[in-house]
Order: sequence, then structure tokens, then C-alpha cells
Amino acid sequence: MSEQTLECKGLSKYFGANPALHNLSISLPAGKIIGLLGPNGSGKTTLIKLACGLLTPTEGEIRVCGFKPGIESKALVSYLPERTYLPDWMTVIECVKFFQDFYSDFDYERAVSMLQSLQVPANARMKTLSKGTKEKVQLVLVMSRRARLYLLDEPIGGVDPAARDYILGTILKNYSEEATVLISTHLIADVEKILDEFIFIQNGQLVSYASTDSLREDLGKSIDQYFREVFRC
Amino acid sequence: MAWEFSNDKPIYVQVSDQIVSGILTGTFKMGEKLPSVREFAVIAAVNPNTVQKALSELESVGLIETQRNTGKYVTQEGSIIDMARKKRGELLAVEFLKSMAALGYTSEETIHLLEEAKNGEVTSNERTDA
Repeated sequence: MSEQTLECKGLSKYFGANPALHNLSISLPAGKIIGLLGPNGSGKTTLIKLACGLLTPTEGEIRVCGFKPGIESKALVSYLPERTYLPDWMTVIECVKFFQDFYSDFDYERAVSMLQSLQVPANARMKTLSKGTKEKVQLVLVMSRRARLYLLDEPIGGVDPAARDYILGTILKNYSEEATVLISTHLIADVEKILDEFIFIQNGQLVSYASTDSLREDLGKSIDQYFREVFRC
Repeated sequence: MAWEFSNDKPIYVQVSDQIVSGILTGTFKMGEKLPSVREFAVIAAVNPNTVQKALSELESVGLIETQRNTGKYVTQEGSIIDMARKKRGELLAVEFLKSMAALGYTSEETIHLLEEAKNGEVTSNERTDA
């Protein structure tokens, strides 16, 4: 498959008169882990929601593996939202079964074994779990799909450093060569070792899109240092 | 335990340096099978593509070999490992002289100091970086 996993052409999204994204053009290849980085309110979540089909573009177009956001694209996209949406009266294992019913690419055994290694009690109700544990459940569900595009919106924001390491390890272990993982986060230093490429956006516009290695080779800087320079307040 | 990386060098270069260290210090023995790309990625907590790039570099200098279908192995050629050892030793020596020069030592003074250290005339409780 030669087509790009995610392709945006002249993509804009306005909320009233405010541009959340303005004329963004970018195409992301398969098989990469890519960081979506930018200051607060730069349009990261808007871009992710457009790719999921939760928002519709004001102008321009966005395609996932060649499909406009819709039934075909949703079967290929595994999305971790900022907030968990799992019903709190369900037990963890019921949520797993729920996902299995919904997604044909869901791997039940993988989900169960990941939950075990994170020591999440399978029969506990969601409402009895801590915030961090709920996030772990949600991430396990999202990473247990064999998707082509994973969209992870702040996957490590709410969990402790040890769980953070495990979650990043989970991403490394479970993504496949054909898949692209797009991770939006502020915690750049924590994720930059696992990133192939990174995207900086600000005020809804592309600031740079480059490979992690080339940044280090050309400028001798980490993404974290570069971010602090580019977005100095 | 994730590996530590500095900010100034590409990560794949640092991964390959650490694997070379592993080979030279005996963590990975001559002729032994290495962890898979995926396993290395998890051990070092880095991207699998980064590991792949690091391993290709080591393969191009002959330190590791791919055997079809079974994975990557440390070379059985002692001469290649000796060469890597020599290169690493030279690098450390040059860097050491540079750091000493930055402290104001001449090469002769440094060598003299090394002699003293070798004979146990210099003791240090402090952590050293070299």
C-alpha cells in the first residue's frame, strides 16, 4: 500500500471566527511513531478529532488510508480520547467484551494479558477505579486493536511515571509495521525516545515536521530543547 | 530498565554505542544470539526503527550477523571484536586527555598521574565519569 496513512490538504477548522486549524497540509507515512506537539490551544486535539470524523473540516480535506472519515476509516482508526468515555457501571472485562463486539480487529487475549500485567482487576466496576487505572484500561482497549492508525490524545498525562514507562512499552510492543501511531502530548521528554518523527503546530498552523534523528544530527538538539526554543513565551 | 540518552547525538548512534559496549564487556558474548529488534526496543525504551538503524550500522561493520530466519548474532570473528575494542579504547584515551587538558594538565602530567594511580598512590572516593 503506497498511500499515506493520514493525509491533510489545506485543512482548516473554524469555531465561529476562531481558526483552530488553518490551511494545514501534511502527510504521514505508515510504520512510524509520530509526536504531535504544540503549546496549549495549538490545534492538536482538533486535528485528531478531524481524523476520527468527530469534527468535520470547514475547508480542505483529510483522508485516512485514502478514505474520507466515515465507516471505512473508522474501522482502521483506533482513537484514545482525552477523557475516558467508558460507562462507569460496567466492569473492566465487560468493557473488553464491548470492544470485541464493536471492532473486528480487536484481540481479546492480548487485552486480557495486558490488563493482567498492569494488575487491573478484571471484575471491578469502572467507577471503583482510580483515574490513572481508568486511563490504563482505556489505553489497553485502544492498543488491543490491530488498527492502521492509532490516535493517542495525551495518553500518559494522568498516570504515574512507572505506568508511563509501561504504557510507552505497550505502544512499542503492540504497534505493527504497517501502523502509524500519532501521539499528542506535552510530556515531550518522556516520549521523544520512541518517536520517529515529530510535528510542531502552533495557532493551528504547521511549524515543522521532521525526523527526530535529523534534528539531533543537524542541530544537536533534543525535541524537548527545540520545543522550548521555538515556543519560548 | 530504560537506557539513558544524551541530547546531542542521534539516539540510534547511542543505541549502537551501548550495544557495542555490551559486546565488549561480555553482556552479549561472541557468537551469541542478540535480542530481537522488538525486544531491544522494549529494553531500551526506544522506537523499533531506531534499533533497526543501530543494528544495521553494527552489521555493516561486521560486529553482528544476521542468520536467516533465526535472528541476529554477535560475530564469531575475534579480530572484528578486537578492532572495536581498540577503537573504543582509543576514543576513551583521546577524550580523557582532552578532559585533563581542560583542567590544565599537560599530557606528561596526565601520564605521570596515571602512573601514580596505577601504583595506588592516588585514591579517590569520588564518582568518576570516565
